[in-house]
Amino acid sequence: MQTNVLEYLEQTAPRCPDKIAFANDAEALTFAEVYCNARAIGTKLSQCGFFGEPIVVFMEKSPSAINAFFGVVYAGCYYVPLDVEMPAFRIERILEQLKPRAVICDAVTEPLLVQYGYADAVLRFDAIIKTTPDDAALQAIRNRQIDTDPIYIVFTSGSTGIPKGILACHRSVIDYIETLSETLDFSEETVFGNQAPLYFDACLKEMYPTLKFGATTYLVPKSCFSFPIKLVEYLNAHRINTICWVVSALTMISATGTFDTVKPEALHTIAFGSEVFPVKQFRIWKSVLPHAKFTNLYGPTEATGMSCYYHVNREFADTDAIPIGKPFRNTGILLLDAENRPVKDGEPGEICIRGTCLTMGYYGQPEKTAEVFVQNPLQTRYPELIYRTGDIGRYNEDGDLVFVSRKDYQIKHMGHRIELGEIEINCGLFDGVETVGCIYDNQKGKIVLFYTGAAEKPALAAYLKQRLPRYMQPNLIRKLDEMPHTPNGKLNRTALRAIYEEA
Amino acid sequence: MSETMETILSILKDLHEDVDFENCTTLIDDEILDSFDIITVITEISNEFDVKIPADRIVPENFNSAAALAALVESLEED
Repeated sequence: MQTNVLEYLEQTAPRCPDKIAFANDAEALTFAEVYCNARAIGTKLSQCGFFGEPIVVFMEKSPSAINAFFGVVYAGCYYVPLDVEMPAFRIERILEQLKPRAVICDAVTEPLLVQYGYADAVLRFDAIIKTTPDDAALQAIRNRQIDTDPIYIVFTSGSTGIPKGILACHRSVIDYIETLSETLDFSEETVFGNQAPLYFDACLKEMYPTLKFGATTYLVPKSCFSFPIKLVEYLNAHRINTICWVVSALTMISATGTFDTVKPEALHTIAFGSEVFPVKQFRIWKSVLPHAKFTNLYGPTEATGMSCYYHVNREFADTDAIPIGKPFRNTGILLLDAENRPVKDGEPGEICIRGTCLTMGYYGQPEKTAEVFVQNPLQTRYPELIYRTGDIGRYNEDGDLVFVSRKDYQIKHMGHRIELGEIEINCGLFDGVETVGCIYDNQKGKIVLFYTGAAEKPALAAYLKQRLPRYMQPNLIRKLDEMPHTPNGKLNRTALRAIYEEA
Repeated sequence: MSETMETILSILKDLHEDVDFENCTTLIDDEILDSFDIITVITEISNEFDVKIPADRIVPENFNSAAALAALVESLEED
């Protein structure tokens, strides 16, 4: 029985040592290199005395950064990916929460750590991979590890303004990789074109199946996602056949008529998720790649990657939403009404998830964890947790799950999950801002921020860039003379929406 | 300033209130506009001007400055 994600690497590396595992424009690492580097890093961390604790990987998005993750797992620690593009304020908050005793960095990020006031062990990737692996020490670590030990923390938006770190273990990741791989038919022939940043769980889809099958992952350069012809040419140049992308990246290609100039040649598996794929755009894709497999994926980070899938295998009207389908094998879905009862057929209810896929909750935040990781209300005779997603769904006539809405003010914007409250709280801290209200224009995919006070818009925009990641920046900022409130004094988002729609 | 240019500037200004779009000529080279912004600009231009920017014109040169974008829109309006 597999109990450690590294077994994927250990079985594959001897089988295809010289095959490229991970590559970008600047570097390519073979399975043998990934294996040796990871063991060297694990040895080094262990020699420094680190075990069972968070190790931050603060590197540019690269094959080396991925390699560092595996090194951290070899040391019996869990990796926390941070990205150079995250604003300083966010990185400082995350370091404050974690207090990591070591950070693995590269030449670009090393000087930044000093700026952020990080004073513990700073390990350069290019230096620590030169450590001679200590087989006995690594084996001793392995003997102590069990499959419910954590392997990573990824941070997600928090409505109180503080990002939440979600902690996942070997068992959940193995469960996810096995079911995802059988659902999407990954194999040794799979060539992934990765789009997702490494600091989200979305990149699990490429990283671990690459190890499991001896497949190859190309990290597609970010600049390609601005220029659709360049993007498809990149896919073709590397014979990429499998992509799991945000919807906006796919629609950018189809909506601009890219296929008139260039068509994907090797692509046969297209997965998308977390957002509605407009049926009109989907049809364009389908007409160009009639034999490709298109799969809609759904799932919260709290349940390790994705939880449900739907192979798009029938026609849809322009106004239909593509279902999120059925749970992966070994994942359970409950739809609960406001009184925690199962909903009747076709009625909407909160999507709740149970199974091995459940992560370990929010790092260092037991109260937040207890709010959403709760005892299964349908079964009270033994301990069994479910995760309450806050998403409202219902079953359609075919028995497929369909996404309906959110219970709260969490939104999905360009594939990213965002709490409007986090934007509001950060905006409210700016000098000269008195009141704040945020709404989301689903149709146009725009975050609209309203505020009152003396603050000037350009200064406020510049301030938000220092505090919030790029994807959380408002797309429109509007200054109001007065903020609309409901009779009981709450922010009136309906009124804000009306103001926005009038303009 | 042409009407086209004014509209382009207001589209860009909405995206980034803190950028000097009138003078900046390195919007792509300096990564001031990212892929999300490009998508928004393309959508807004098609709403405001009733032109569709074809994929082969979505290249860095045409998005590096407000002036380049205005020239792109004007050339598409002529077609």
